[in-house]
Amino acid sequence: MVNIFSQTKAAAINSLKSSQPLGAALAFLGIDGAIPMIHGSQGCASFGLVLLGRHFSETIPLHTTAMDEIVTVLGGADRLEEAILTLKTRVKPRVIGICTSALVETRDDDIAGELLKMKGGRVAELSGTEVVLASSPDFAGAMEEGWSTAVAAVIEEITLPGEHPRDATKIAVLPGSNLTVADLEHLRETIERFGLNPIILPDLSKSLGGIIPEQWVATTYGGTKVDEIRHLGSAIRCIAIGEQMRRPAEALKRITGVPYVLFGSLTGLKNADRFISLLAEISSEEAPLSIRRRRMQLQDAMLDGHFHLTGKRIAIGSDPDRLVQFIDFFTGMGAEVAVAVSTTGMSRALQSVSLDTIHTGDLWNLEHLAAGTDLLVTHSHGRQAADRLNIPLMRVGFPVFDRLGNQHKLTILYQGTRDLIYEAANIIQASQHRPSPGRTDSPLNMEV
Amino acid sequence: MLSINSTPQGSVREPLCKIIRGNGAKKPFNLRAAAGCAFDGAKVVLQPISDVAHLIHAPLACEGNSWDNRGAASSGPGLWRTSFTTDLTELEILMGHSERKLVDAICEIKKDHAPAAIFVYATCVPAMIGDDIVAICRSATAEFAIPVVPVNAPGFLGAKKLGNRLAGQALFDHVIGTVEPEDCGPNDINILGEFNISGEFWLVKPLLDTLGIRVRACIPGDARYLQVASAHRARATMVVCSSALVNLAQKMEERWDIPFFEGSFYGISGTSNALRRIAGLLIKNGADSELLDRAEALISVEENRAWKRLEIFRAGLKGKRVLLNTGGVKSWSLVHALLEIGMEIVATSVKKSTDDDRGRIKQVLKEECHLHDSIAPSRLYSTLTGGKADIMLSGGRTQFIALKAKVPWLDINQERRHAYAGYEGMVQLVRQTYLAIHNPIWTELREPAPWERHRDANIRKHGEREPYRIPLQFGH
Ligand code: SF4
Repeated sequence: MVNIFSQTKAAAINSLKSSQPLGAALAFLGIDGAIPMIHGSQGCASFGLVLLGRHFSETIPLHTTAMDEIVTVLGGADRLEEAILTLKTRVKPRVIGICTSALVETRDDDIAGELLKMKGGRVAELSGTEVVLASSPDFAGAMEEGWSTAVAAVIEEITLPGEHPRDATKIAVLPGSNLTVADLEHLRETIERFGLNPIILPDLSKSLGGIIPEQWVATTYGGTKVDEIRHLGSAIRCIAIGEQMRRPAEALKRITGVPYVLFGSLTGLKNADRFISLLAEISSEEAPLSIRRRRMQLQDAMLDGHFHLTGKRIAIGSDPDRLVQFIDFFTGMGAEVAVAVSTTGMSRALQSVSLDTIHTGDLWNLEHLAAGTDLLVTHSHGRQAADRLNIPLMRVGFPVFDRLGNQHKLTILYQGTRDLIYEAANIIQASQHRPSPGRTDSPLNMEV
Repeated sequence: MLSINSTPQGSVREPLCKIIRGNGAKKPFNLRAAAGCAFDGAKVVLQPISDVAHLIHAPLACEGNSWDNRGAASSGPGLWRTSFTTDLTELEILMGHSERKLVDAICEIKKDHAPAAIFVYATCVPAMIGDDIVAICRSATAEFAIPVVPVNAPGFLGAKKLGNRLAGQALFDHVIGTVEPEDCGPNDINILGEFNISGEFWLVKPLLDTLGIRVRACIPGDARYLQVASAHRARATMVVCSSALVNLAQKMEERWDIPFFEGSFYGISGTSNALRRIAGLLIKNGADSELLDRAEALISVEENRAWKRLEIFRAGLKGKRVLLNTGGVKSWSLVHALLEIGMEIVATSVKKSTDDDRGRIKQVLKEECHLHDSIAPSRLYSTLTGGKADIMLSGGRTQFIALKAKVPWLDINQERRHAYAGYEGMVQLVRQTYLAIHNPIWTELREPAPWERHRDANIRKHGEREPYRIPLQFGH
């Protein structure tokens, strides 16, 4: 049983988490022809836009309802309607994803009710555009919750309800927000190797995966298609990745009866084996040669890499699902996760790890707990802490804005685990101190 | 720009105003998320004061999405880069506990971080539920014996520009003039609106040092609280970033009789003029008149050196067309800087510029049609793909529009990596522009893929360019 300690400071110092609306907006960005719109004041969206842009190195079609003081006081329903209609006529998106901010949720407007009323009255004007509402105030939760809420809302709004004839090759895949673009591509290719046809929702690899469009597109220029979302109900199975995706997977099951399998993580030999076995079972195909080769390479990487990771003390700060993913990874390699700080304490995922303690808090908590560890694992904002502590930083999570190519790093299945072993081992090797008379590696100098 | 030249594509160049000017209809409000809020504007201006703890009273998003994201450099304490927010939760907002939490946070910060002062920023949610940060700051100042300064610029009040101004107001009301310096001198100046991006003020400061001019306070770049608090004893003020702090300079002139001028450290003549005017104002206010002669001597040495170093870039940049699309505040000084080297400006955005700025830019450009309020991304993109510019200079928000259009781009906003101020900085700016335009990647990038060569010719003929789908296979 894990103990979860939460911080008791009044001020959050150096935030570890990113806000819920950002997570929701990001999920909408994985849908083709979509525009996420933050229902709030201008600045909220603008900050989010800059941050997403810095992380993905892409243009982000994020919009805002631009509530000013007067609108805030009077209530935002009219503004929301006006914004939706303006967007609809100007850009004609396939999906408008509304992410509510703390500002509108504090007023306690009945946004869902207003929106329903509005959609009822504007059927013709809105035809061809799905309007989806994700309630994602930033005074609660963090990125994962926003992402999960948005994906669930998309399914509830767009997927056709009821039991449908099942397509034996169609797999619905619901990836958590912790998967990279490379992960999604690898996932798709792996599933296709078994002759199966994955529908990934949301699919950031098609929208934020380093694409150079040949003309200007004001919406996302790729992602899961609305039509694919509509017909998710004919999938033979749903695979959800990360505890955060339980809610959308449940929603899909509830409205279409598609059963789901949930993977807490796809990193590590055991998890990858489980995933490959599942594909083999669904497809009644044997794992192809290339996948077997990857497995062998991972075994080899474990053999070569464990020297560098064994006994190392690791400090990790992240959202719950990614936290679990990396705790499993490092403990699986013989390292000790000495410090784990989660952005929120609510996720069931945290109960699955083999640690005594998980803290919830910010980078300040992480920094203070991490003194004396060998490797700091968190997003780019951890750089100040890493500097002060003189510990190397492995950049993982959101945002990563001071290293290139983070979206093209693989972190799942045999190949991704292999890559992670190499990355972690190399970072540790690069920062190893040379032996000196006062500082040898003698066990006498160690605490444990 | 009214001359007719051929573009790389071989079409006749039109005046750009025709291409990028909108249809003139005033939009009721802007849905694009490009513009920041007043809180953003206030924080931008104040945060570089480096020994102050900047505490954002807000739910997570206001600070969580935006901290440690600026390029201002500091030579001293790192406290300003530490992010403090009350991170209000639903319960605290509903139960009315947010004010209590703010007081606790101030107390904690004072205890654990020993800041020179604490700046408390209001944001939308606390403003809406009626938290009185001014009163809290007043009583906290008394209780904790440390200046606690309210910055009352919640986002919904308006745009970034308003926030800039409110930040100046906060300094005027609560900080400047609260400490009497013991070392006043006749050559003391303030620089307002200098952010020290990538340390660029450090390219200018040696010039001032050489002349024996002391910077009492550079606000906000690399500033310390005490310097700001005693800024009222300077003899002259230079306002650098035109719209951000000019109001503050006006108020300081009214109250403490400190004359000011608006200038810029961008461009060779810009820098020289700034030095002259600083010297001039100081002399008027009692400094020794030989200051100006020394300034002139320095200027002629520095200018000569800079022009010599620029010579190698001139041929490669002459006549190259720059699309200048900045947030506005710095555009007019940059325009000048680039014209000096023989480049052409094809457009510049004046969205955030004041009327004065507009006037200045117009003078430089002659053709009014170069100015426009803001360019919609789609227009910007088609302008760039249409070969109407050889490079775009802008901030990060439009970076990928240029890059995806396969057009060279240079960052001239807050996050940029290079220092562009002063004579040295001008050489750097020109060098970076040169390197960007002449990088070999551009020709390679514009080549079609081997499998596209044939198809591309066909498609051009039929004019049916499917956006992105054909060349990119996603495993289907
Ligand atoms: S608009 Fe208001 S709520 Fe949004 S970031 Fe600015 S201050 Fe915060």
